[in-house]
Amino acid sequence: MSKILIMLNVNGRSHEIACEPNTLLLDCLRQDLGLTGSKRACDDSSCGACTVQIDGVPMLSCALLAVSCQGQRITTIEGVAEHGSLSALQKAYSDWGGSQCGYCTPGFMMTVNALLSETPDPTDEQIGAALSSNLCRCTGYVQMIQAIKAAIRAEQQGRAAKRA
Amino acid sequence: MSDFSVIGKRTAMVDSSGKATGLGKYADDFSVPGMLIGKILHSPYPHARIKKIDASRALALDGVVAVVTGSDAPNKYGILPVGHDETALAVEKVRYVGDNVACVAAISESIAEKALELIDVEYEPMQAYFDPEDSMKATSDLIHPEKPGNVEKDYHHVFGDPDQGFAESDVVIEGRYIANEVTHAAMEPHCTLASFEIDSITGNQGRLTVWSSTQVPYYLQHKLSIVLDMPMSQIRVIKPLVGGGFGAKSEIIPLEIIAAVAARKAQAPVKITYTREEVFWAHRGRPRTIVDLKTGVKKDGSIRTVAARVVQDGGAYCSYGVVTILYSGALLGALYDIPNIRYDGYRVLTNKPACGAMRGHGTVNVRFAFESQLDEAAARIGMDPAAIRNRNLLKPPCLTVNNLRVRSYGLPECIEKVVTGSRWAERKGKLPRGRGLGIACSHYVSGAANSIIRSDMPHSTVNIKVDRDGGVVIYTGASDIGQGSDTVAAQIAAEVLGCSMARIQVIAADTDLTPVDIGSYSSRVTFMNGNATLRAAQAAKKLIAEAVAKRMNCSPEDLIFSDDKVWKKGAAEESVTVAAAAPTVSGHVEGQILRGSVQQKRKDEGVKERMSFEEAVVTAMDIQGTLTGVGSYAPPPDARGGKHKGGGVGPSPAYSYSAQVADVSVDEETGEVTVHKIWAAHDCGRALNPVAVEGQVIGSVWMGLGQALQEEMVWKHGLLMNPSLLEYRSASGVESPEIECYIVESIDPEGPFGAKEASEGSLAAAIPAVANAIFDAVGIRLRESPFTPERVLAALRSKKAGAKKLQLTRNADPENPGSFREHGGSLCFKGKGPVRHALDPAMVRPGTTADAAEEMGGAD
Repeated sequence: MSKILIMLNVNGRSHEIACEPNTLLLDCLRQDLGLTGSKRACDDSSCGACTVQIDGVPMLSCALLAVSCQGQRITTIEGVAEHGSLSALQKAYSDWGGSQCGYCTPGFMMTVNALLSETPDPTDEQIGAALSSNLCRCTGYVQMIQAIKAAIRAEQQGRAAKRA
Repeated sequence: MSDFSVIGKRTAMVDSSGKATGLGKYADDFSVPGMLIGKILHSPYPHARIKKIDASRALALDGVVAVVTGSDAPNKYGILPVGHDETALAVEKVRYVGDNVACVAAISESIAEKALELIDVEYEPMQAYFDPEDSMKATSDLIHPEKPGNVEKDYHHVFGDPDQGFAESDVVIEGRYIANEVTHAAMEPHCTLASFEIDSITGNQGRLTVWSSTQVPYYLQHKLSIVLDMPMSQIRVIKPLVGGGFGAKSEIIPLEIIAAVAARKAQAPVKITYTREEVFWAHRGRPRTIVDLKTGVKKDGSIRTVAARVVQDGGAYCSYGVVTILYSGALLGALYDIPNIRYDGYRVLTNKPACGAMRGHGTVNVRFAFESQLDEAAARIGMDPAAIRNRNLLKPPCLTVNNLRVRSYGLPECIEKVVTGSRWAERKGKLPRGRGLGIACSHYVSGAANSIIRSDMPHSTVNIKVDRDGGVVIYTGASDIGQGSDTVAAQIAAEVLGCSMARIQVIAADTDLTPVDIGSYSSRVTFMNGNATLRAAQAAKKLIAEAVAKRMNCSPEDLIFSDDKVWKKGAAEESVTVAAAAPTVSGHVEGQILRGSVQQKRKDEGVKERMSFEEAVVTAMDIQGTLTGVGSYAPPPDARGGKHKGGGVGPSPAYSYSAQVADVSVDEETGEVTVHKIWAAHDCGRALNPVAVEGQVIGSVWMGLGQALQEEMVWKHGLLMNPSLLEYRSASGVESPEIECYIVESIDPEGPFGAKEASEGSLAAAIPAVANAIFDAVGIRLRESPFTPERVLAALRSKKAGAKKLQLTRNADPENPGSFREHGGSLCFKGKGPVRHALDPAMVRPGTTADAAEEMGGAD
């Protein structure tokens, strides 16, 4: 299949990319842009490890064609850190053991990040519903939920989460 | 406790920021210039001779660089020295659906995939075996000709006098338990990138570098050397971040070898990443297991005898099988005081993907059977299930009847914690129908006392380098796979040297840079690598202390290392807060250190009582030249077990202990089991990093719940029916209950700072805890896992007088399972009811064959 030129806006930067029309956004990010933070893990859109935000909405980059994302704002895990430092959520994940092997973490970050920008103070049910789109095999989700709640508290108090 | 400054503190993993930002690199995130993509052709037959492979059409495709087959690397290998029965790619025959036949290396994934379709393979199907008990009767078409009766290995152990023990017992309970097959399903699919360099001296293909998602880089280096006929020193294995292992990556997965073989032939770097379906085929998970168990107890609750016959459906290759079947028997001991044990274990070959090591290796399915049966025994003699467990405690330090050495034993406290936490005494047996509580215990080794490769080599070795800038670098072969072993090594070194974590760098698991460590499996890393790190740090500290002591006119024992400072015991409080003593890495004193003006300053100052860590290091280096500490650990001879055949598996320098209570409700209409909460207590010796310990314990319990409730590999004619995360039903956050973790610290005399295992021991108790809770809730005793709604409903139906019997498939009574069934199956009503698919084994009437059913299904 011959390649076409497309223009993608990723993490606020515009990139001109030559890719086959059937290239998945995930492959485009990982192979053409070297943004390997988004992960491939399931091949059937069930695990959420490849989650990115398209115009702020969490979507599976393994189920999107790169071509179809032109003209939209794509945010990947590489675009989440704030001013060169970990965001409150990222810091809380470290301190509360929200990630173990870390392979699912970028996907969860993008999902939870979207939840919190939409709903800054979610209920337990809202957190649960958001998390259900992603899978983790290490943590049993317990410490991950603790981390998310700690990050919410920290954001409300306007400082980075600190483990007592 | 509070004597420690780093140990025991909740510490973020040293690599956690890379994980949270996506900048951390896993194997599939690496690319090198000129890299090709490898794709593997898998067998469509469960057992067949390969008559011919013709790759000419594939090679003609533009973009295909090489096609490799079995003859390109026929040397046999296997993770166990007694089980060298695998080749990189099939030679002569294939042994399971998914077996590796050929590999294409091409310039892109899509071309490689296209090329796979152009490889012509001619097969001659052979008799295939899917049920281990049938497979044991085989006389022809053996899976491995050197294994008669398709039995990989069988062991028969007798400790004490089991017959006498049964004679003394007041109650003897017998039952068959079946645990179906589960797999690790780590989030990261296996991936390997292999690249050869050209040797400068010979001008030919030279050293090999491999980046691989592995738990065992040194074993990989060893097996690559066997298959490629290369010296180990010419092979460099690098373990990047690993996205979960759980045992799946604790041995050599075919793609790790195939990538190297393909790179050699293609004369270019080759990367292979499995698809999720391939990960399921690669498997090496927990085998389906039949446990025929017999327990004898006295009226006072004391266990007199246990007799177990265990048959494991091992799949097509040995893998870790010999060790798995030995663990199943050996770890009947060391949890409770059992004076008599009989064990007959059979590891059987079948035409399915090989089973291997999975979290709780070998112990989990037998523990499910034992803890369920102990509950039955308690009910029979009218004893509380928690009390019967307390009645049979070991009295350490002791040696069990099967020669396992137990020195630290936190089980009583674990039981107490979960009984208190769950308000067991108030609630057990008093909940409304449909809701119940169950208790179970488990244990696990803190590393095997004997390495799988028999040698006198230490199991872990660590080098620590301290440099003039005050930085400390730990070189360790230990493989961090997400459990946090790099962090624990850093914590131990920081604690010993009295310096901050910021000074410490961990270089890990790179066979060129780091000394040998046998890998991350059998929960050995904190214990063994921790001890090696402790010793290496102590050695470095000794050198620093000797030099500093001279400067301070005292003996080295009088020095205190803490807070990035070294001072003489009883030294006057620091008069001036010296900026140089601030815990920065080198900072502004760096230039002075290099120019030697610190030394001059020292001379001017005369005898000192305090120094910053940097000053202490420079003082030592002026004498030593270089400053390194080395340490290693090998388990002591008295912990290495008995002399009986197979006695090398099971012994460990220390055992972890776990107790759990499950709070469960059962919907009698739908058969659905809901776990509301698990209270889990784990004795990990000393929790070096409580946040990591809790994470491991909760993760283990969660994985155990998966096996208890829904995870199951479903087979049909040797074909895996659910090779995806969705169909395998890995639980998401909404389906996962609250798990409350209690850390119990028994302080082991040999562990580093008293630490033991934390990441596997809790898994096994989760399954029987749920089974026992289901019994408490609705009075059914499920002896086949997982406890799916179908099985629960079938068992409930069989209890109701006059109710139409509900059958899952042939011979399926979850309370009294007979043999394995090929198909886990959906509901089936005998007589009127939903129509079953023609291919369902329940539809295959006796006398007809599976082939006939296949023909029936051929029409749709």
